[in-house]
Parts: sequence; C-alpha cells; structure tokens
Amino acid sequence: MTSTALRSRAWKLMEMVTTPLLPSDYLDLVSPLRAGADLRGRIEAVHPETADAATLVIRPGRGWRGHTAGQYVRIGVDVDGVRLWRAYSLTSPTDRRDGRITITVKAIEDGKVSNHLVRRAVPGTLIHLDQPTGDFVLPQDTPAKVLYLTAGSGITPVMGMLRDTRFDDAVMVHCAPRPQDVIFRDELHDLAAGDKLRLTEVHTATDGILDIARLDALVPDWAERETWACGPAGLLDAAEKHWAEHGVPERLHTERFRAGVVATGDGGEVTFSATGKKADADGATPLLDIGEEAGVLMPSGCRMGICFGCVTPLKAGAVRDLRTGEITEAAPGVLIQTCVSAAAGPCDIER
Amino acid sequence: MTAIDPTAHLSAEQIEELGRELDAIRDEVIAARGEKDAAYIRKVISAQRKLELASRGILLFSFFPPAWIIGTAGLSVAKIMDNMEIGHNILHGQWDWMRDPKIHSTTWEWDHVSPSEQWKHSHNELHHTYTNVIGKDNDLGYGIMRVDEDQRWHPFHLGQPLWNFLNACFFEYGIAAYDLELGKNLHKRRRNNPEFRARARAVGRKIRKQVLKDYVIHPLLSGPSFLTTLAATFTANLVRNVWTHSVIMCGHFPEGVQVFERRSIKGETRGQWYLRQMMGSANISGSKAMHFMTGNLSHQIEHHLFPDLPSNRYAEVAVKVRALFEKYELDYVTGPLPKQVFSAWHKVFRLSLPNKKPKVKTPDREQELAAA
Repeated sequence: MTSTALRSRAWKLMEMVTTPLLPSDYLDLVSPLRAGADLRGRIEAVHPETADAATLVIRPGRGWRGHTAGQYVRIGVDVDGVRLWRAYSLTSPTDRRDGRITITVKAIEDGKVSNHLVRRAVPGTLIHLDQPTGDFVLPQDTPAKVLYLTAGSGITPVMGMLRDTRFDDAVMVHCAPRPQDVIFRDELHDLAAGDKLRLTEVHTATDGILDIARLDALVPDWAERETWACGPAGLLDAAEKHWAEHGVPERLHTERFRAGVVATGDGGEVTFSATGKKADADGATPLLDIGEEAGVLMPSGCRMGICFGCVTPLKAGAVRDLRTGEITEAAPGVLIQTCVSAAAGPCDIER
Repeated sequence: MTAIDPTAHLSAEQIEELGRELDAIRDEVIAARGEKDAAYIRKVISAQRKLELASRGILLFSFFPPAWIIGTAGLSVAKIMDNMEIGHNILHGQWDWMRDPKIHSTTWEWDHVSPSEQWKHSHNELHHTYTNVIGKDNDLGYGIMRVDEDQRWHPFHLGQPLWNFLNACFFEYGIAAYDLELGKNLHKRRRNNPEFRARARAVGRKIRKQVLKDYVIHPLLSGPSFLTTLAATFTANLVRNVWTHSVIMCGHFPEGVQVFERRSIKGETRGQWYLRQMMGSANISGSKAMHFMTGNLSHQIEHHLFPDLPSNRYAEVAVKVRALFEKYELDYVTGPLPKQVFSAWHKVFRLSLPNKKPKVKTPDREQELAAA
C-alpha cells in the first residue's frame, strides 16, 4: 500500500472516531495554522503608517503558496462578531526571510473592516486568508522604463513591486492630500535619494486633483513607459482615456480596488442564476414569493423568518430585511432568508 | 381549547400592541449582537470539544472505577452541551449572523442520530410555526401521547406513561423516528415513496456512524477497558437522553400550558402568533448553570417568541418578556425543574385515563373582576 493510501485510510479511521465532527475540528483547537488546515493567518504586529493607515504583519498558515509582487489577498476578519471579507494588496517582498507577509490598510470613511484593522486589530488575532491572486504584476522581463501612477492607498500594490524588484528607470507620480498622508513616504524618499526611483508627489489638498494632461510636464516620456496605475476610479478612468487617445492603451495596466458600488433602492430585477430565470421584484414582496411565481423551485419553510429553511446564497446586489429594514449586500458566503428579504435593487439569488 | 381562554380579556388592538412590543425587544437584541456573543459561542464550542476529548481520553482507562465515573460524567455533560446549547441553537440559525461557515445552520451536524437537515424541518419549521396546535405540531405528545382533555381517548393511551419512559431513555432514536414521521410513513402505500426512502437511508447512515463510534471504535481503542468504555458511552447517551427529554417535556407539557385547535390559527396575525407562543410554552427557573445545561431552553417562552436570537441573550430578554406578561395579565408558567418535570409527568398519567369532555365556558369578565 502506498503511503498516500495508508494516510487516507488512517484519516478515514480518524473520521470514524470524531464523527459527526471532523478530525480537523479538534486539530484546529491546537494548531490552526498547520498544513492541511483551512488557510488562516495570525496578525503578529500592527505598525502605523500615517494617521489613517497601518501595516499588518501576518504569519500565514503552512498552506500559503506565496505571492507575486503586486498581487492582493482576500482576508476574512471578524468585526463585531461578523466575518467580513476584503481584498488588500500585499506590500511585503516575495522573499521575506521570516515567511511573514504584510498588507497595508488605509481606513476609509465608514469602512467597517479597514477601520477595524487600522485602529482595533491586535496582535495574536487569527484571520482567514485566501491564496493571493491578481494580475496587476510585472511581466517576466522587467521593462526598461516604468511609470507608476498612484493615488492614496493605490500605492500599496506598487510598494510590493518596488520592494521586490530593482528597476533601471522607474518614475512614480503619487497623489495624496498632504505630505503626511503619503503612505511609505520615508521609504519612497530613501529610494529617490538612492537614485532608484524618480518621485513626484502631488498634494491634492493644495494643488487640486491631478489633471492627467499635466503628465506631459511631469513625465515627458510617459508614453514610452510601461505604466501601472492604481487609485480612485476617477484617476483610472482619466488615465485609460488619456492612454487610449495617445494610441498606447496596451502600455497601461490598472488595478481597481472597489468594484462598482451596489445600488440600493426599492425593488429591482432579480436573477436566479442557477436556473437562469429573471423576474421583476418590488421592494415589499419576499424574494421567496418572487422566485416561486417565476417558477423557480425555492426551498421554503415557515415563511415568517423563524426556521431558516429558505436560506440561499446572495451572489450579487442587495436585499432588505422586511422586518428590520436592514440592508445586506452580496459577498462570498452571504446567505439570506428569502422569506423575509425583498430586493433592494437588482440582485442575484443562487437558485 | 381549555375550559377558559386565558387570553379572552385581550382586545384585538391589545394583541397587536403586544406584538409590536415584542418586536421592539427583538430588534433591540439584534442591534446589540456583536463580538461578545460571537466569543461566547466559540468558547462554548471549544470547551465542549476539550471536555469530550478529555473524557474519552480518561475512558481509555475506564477499568479503573474512578476513571469510569469521571469519564462518564464528563462525556454525559459534553453530549448534553453538544445537543442543547450548541446543536439545537446553531440549527435554529441563532449564530448564522456571524457568517462563519463552520458555525452555521446549513453546515452544522450534531452528535445525534437524527440528521440535522431532517430535524430542522420537523423542529424549526413544523414545531416552531405551529406550536401546540393539535394535529399540526407533532411535538405535542410525539404522536404517541394524549396531551389534552379534548383529544379522544383510546385504550392505547393507558400505556402512555410507559411509552414516555421508553422515549426518555432512547430519546434520540425517538426524535429520529419522529423526524422521519415513521408512524405515518410505515403505512404500506408510503413505505416505497422514494423521498421517504432517501431520508430513511440518511438516518440509517447517521445511526451507523454514531453507533460505530460510541459502541465499537471507542471501546476498541480502550483495549482492556473495552467493556467498561462500552458501558460508559451507553450510560452517557442514556443520561443525555433522559436529561434532554426532561427539559423538553418542561417546555410545553406542564399544567397551565395551552394547546390550540387547528381552526384557531387560520389567518393568525403576528400578534396572535406571539400570543400563542406565550401561552403554549413554559419555563424552568434556576441557576445560570441550569440554564446553560438546558441549552437555555429553560427560557422556552423567550425561545419560542424569538427562536433565532442567540441563546445567551434569553436571560436578559426574559426580564422584559415577563414584564409584558404582567402588563397584559397573562400567566407566565415557570418553576424549578423537579416541579415542572413532576407536573408534566402528572399530566401524562392523568391523560392516560379517559375523562369527561370539558364544557367550554365563555369567561365573564365582570364576574372575574368582582371576584378579584
């Protein structure tokens, strides 16, 4: 018998010993970061960067496969008891000796997770991780001339690249309200002082938002450079238009942090993605009824919100709890009770 | 259905107002749910796992009598925790708001022979929606007992104290049979229904796994302690069964709890539904430890009003709910465990015998007030 077969036999036996739980339910009590466990990480330190940004040093579990500079990782954090998932760029170099990774988080207004991580996260906390992902990365051969166009926390994936790669000719135009709001400012200035980077800071509180036409003055050879841009949608939209107008759209690589904002209103078109059916819903009719009327086989139970027999994944959009008025937005792992939820805008129910 | 309707003094407006006040209590808890609650359930789950692990470890040496006693006691408590404070409450969706896929009503499986999926249907959906409605809520007597004077007596009911005792000893099997609606489905025509057969197979698989674990694998692992470990797991299951049966009997059986007729719930409003939960449930009074070991089902009234609120909140909710009972002049049925268990058993014995059909009286409010 091969060792794999033997191991799987032993594991089956272990499952018989622990049923209905799994052996991992017990192993998690003592070793949540072990190989074979669900991927988790432990926050080991929190370093403030600016007044509203901080870097978290995380020891990933043994299953972490490593990242490429510029990629992001989704992390699941319990905020007020609720697990919320967000994506953050990795800011650590890929060959960090101690195997730790870092993410740098900027607290955004009303941001539940970002404010929690910047202001309340404590070392020792266990968080949940996905494997790193994203194609905002450098090509195999480092381009001869590089331009980084960033704003705010858009600096974070770029910092991952700057810490990881030596460039012959790299220029950065970075926007932030004031000098003290520039994340990694000291490190950027050190790079500039060492001639490893040509840095232009745009302080939007005094200079106003960067007019993309100013690039000609700031970086005259911008069109010849392979460019990575990351920041607010306005900046990226302007950049994409500018690069396209100058006939070099292929030189621009962008990363958008926030997908389109979910529109919440009263009712909307409901897509039942598993069956491909669609139906219009008002803001007062339970989605269970909408689905049944559209001929979708919906799981149901008490029809009054108490039995949880109708919970269904919400894949996109938002719904409103008809009892409390509370809005729930789609995210991975979010399930809703269809009998007491109505559409709060277009949404996608996995049925 | 009882001779005097204890809610007859309430007007329709009052009942709706009562409903609104209960909704407000619910909303308040929902708004306050947070980190502490999440930490609570995680702590309970982790404690249960450690206790079970330790107890099973000790039972490896159960040929040594003190080890047998400690291990059996520990395992009994662990099994009670798994069924009551953890399993029952998670399967109610009380912790779904945490969005932790490992502590969620859709993924949880418990140390019980009834698969959680089937139990959720019969318990959450049928029992909690149709609480104490004869013919709709089979929890009332589990289909084998007579629980109200108005139900027709049959000589079969003479044996109900015995059925109830056996049901207590093998409660988890009773629940599994009940979730399968075994009595109804063993009928010739229904036996071959594919949906029923699939569910029966699921129960069979669950029973096989549970039995294999408790009565084969763990005794075998104990080697020379095979027989004593076997006796220990059997005892722990017996203790857990009798305990959960007793607690659950206290929820709806004690004297003073109302049952309802099918037609009484037609077109029921939210307020009326709440009122039925209030009149159809009974509590157990006692210490914090008592509430914990009952999975907070000692707060049965509060649980029936708000089955999806986290169990650790029932104690604080109970104070407000009880004040509403007083405000609306309703009887809050509660008492210590021995009293409630006695009361429930008394009813089981009493109703095993035939009785005269009670006359339905309309309460005379004037007369009641004059008497008071």
